[in-house]
Amino acid sequence: METLRGRAFTFGDGISTDHIAPGRLFHLRSNLPELARHVLEDARPEFASQVRPGDVVVGGNNFGQGSSREHAPTIMKIAGVSAVLAKSFPRIFYRNCINVGLPAIILDTSPIREGDELEISLQEGTIRNHTRGETYTFPPLPAVMANILADGGLVGHIRKHKDFKMT
Amino acid sequence: MGKTLAEKILSSHAGHDVRAGELVIVRVDLAYVQDGTGPLTVRQFDKLGFSSLPHPGRAMIFLDHASPSPRQELSNDHKFLRAFCGKTGAILSDVGSGISHNIVSERCAIPGDIIVGADSHTCTNGALCAFTTGMGSTDVAVAMGLGRTWMRVPESWKIVAQGAFPRGVFAKDFMLHLIGMVTADGANYKALEFTGPAMTALSMPGRFTISNMAVECGAKVGLFNADAVTRKYLELLGRPEAFIALAPDPDALYEREIVIDVSTITPTIACPHTVDNAKPVTAVEGMKVDQVFIGTCTNGRLEDFRQAAAILKGRKVAAGVRLLITPVSRRELLDGLADGTFQTLAEAGGIITGPGCGACVGVHEGVLADGEVCLSTQNRNFKGRMGNPNSFIYLASPATAAATALTGKITDPRHFMP
Repeated sequence: METLRGRAFTFGDGISTDHIAPGRLFHLRSNLPELARHVLEDARPEFASQVRPGDVVVGGNNFGQGSSREHAPTIMKIAGVSAVLAKSFPRIFYRNCINVGLPAIILDTSPIREGDELEISLQEGTIRNHTRGETYTFPPLPAVMANILADGGLVGHIRKHKDFKMT
Repeated sequence: MGKTLAEKILSSHAGHDVRAGELVIVRVDLAYVQDGTGPLTVRQFDKLGFSSLPHPGRAMIFLDHASPSPRQELSNDHKFLRAFCGKTGAILSDVGSGISHNIVSERCAIPGDIIVGADSHTCTNGALCAFTTGMGSTDVAVAMGLGRTWMRVPESWKIVAQGAFPRGVFAKDFMLHLIGMVTADGANYKALEFTGPAMTALSMPGRFTISNMAVECGAKVGLFNADAVTRKYLELLGRPEAFIALAPDPDALYEREIVIDVSTITPTIACPHTVDNAKPVTAVEGMKVDQVFIGTCTNGRLEDFRQAAAILKGRKVAAGVRLLITPVSRRELLDGLADGTFQTLAEAGGIITGPGCGACVGVHEGVLADGEVCLSTQNRNFKGRMGNPNSFIYLASPATAAATALTGKITDPRHFMP
């Protein structure tokens, strides 16, 4: 599994899927590249123009709450986000991230500051903060979710195994 | 050791006994999507390599979010979904039929079922003692194609509601109160079981309101026992054979128990921009509103409109306030036309729309202007939810909504109740 590296974009608690993929852009859901130009617009209007491939979204509590719209993690991935870190995730968003192949990592994000250079190893379960010279650890995913993520998402996983690989 | 409702239902669908904390594959009785999540499901269904549905009668497609379509892009999405139903035999619930969750209640949910939907409020049918939960588009595409999904068996919380609801206090007030207490992520991944005398006495519409909002404190599902109230509801719908009595074992293990005496609750309101920002209505009474919306999968049933009509009858909505009325389904619309409820609401100045999600999802039928305030009976008040990030949404019961529409300011409904 590759190492992910990029700058931290920090967000507060309770970022909802309405912040990430606003309901007023409902009509763009069948045009994901266009919808991705508005990713996280209602939390940080400048985000889509600033994010670069590899960058990391860092949230607080309950990042991704609300609607089941999978378009939210999908457009984060399309925009180049390599991983999303948060203190907690609601279950639908967490599952959706893994299903679209976007690593969602639960850890105490409070030491991470805007712009910090982060390097994530999914295999080791570590995040190196090069800006602060700190290393954080996170627990591994349950086997089925790790398998889905390793297969690049749920589509690749099911195409490969024809079922869920639970162990 | 006995089983919780979640453990019972998941065990029966896993083919072996399961316990909280286990990850299991379960059979799915019904998988559904709506017009916001469905087009992606259909595209993923194709990418997954599925070409047909193993059980076409266990897949449903609902056109309810943009209903009828306000834009060509969404009209094309609708056309795309209708074509999928034509090709695969999935059941189509077209524009004007109503909101997915309520159609599922009316037509097919059975106590003990497992139902997954690409909509976070799929948990609504926990009120019928079905294990119903929201998932993303791809998860539901797999559930449609394989007839199964994986789940973590949730730990359960027992919510015991004692006492009787006082005047002006309803299921919505109870749930906003509970979410305020538990917080938006307090029950993440858990199954809630609602029990106690106040829940046993509660009507099915009230139970749907509560189960619908289980996700707003993070829960995977909010379950009620399948009891005499459930039986009567299914009989009235003409499907008495669907009833199966279901309750947890007396020695089931709960992670947490919360006891609430509902007689101590007052009319409750969630303030912008989070559902757990719950306060007594009296704390914000007098706040001017521009729009009042009564409807949605939370509070768009005839019982809800009757509560509003009891307050609005013979009166007029305040000048400068738009009162939007959106029934949850065609069935509820027809029943409310037959008994005069919608006549009363229209005479008071209400704008009656066709059945569906209406203004709740920010697509059409009541998008707010910059700086405007809406009091809504919906389940969510996130920034931008109703189509404008510069507007403000308060959540309350249909009675509080009706009283607020009359005065143009957030109003305690008890002022207008006998």
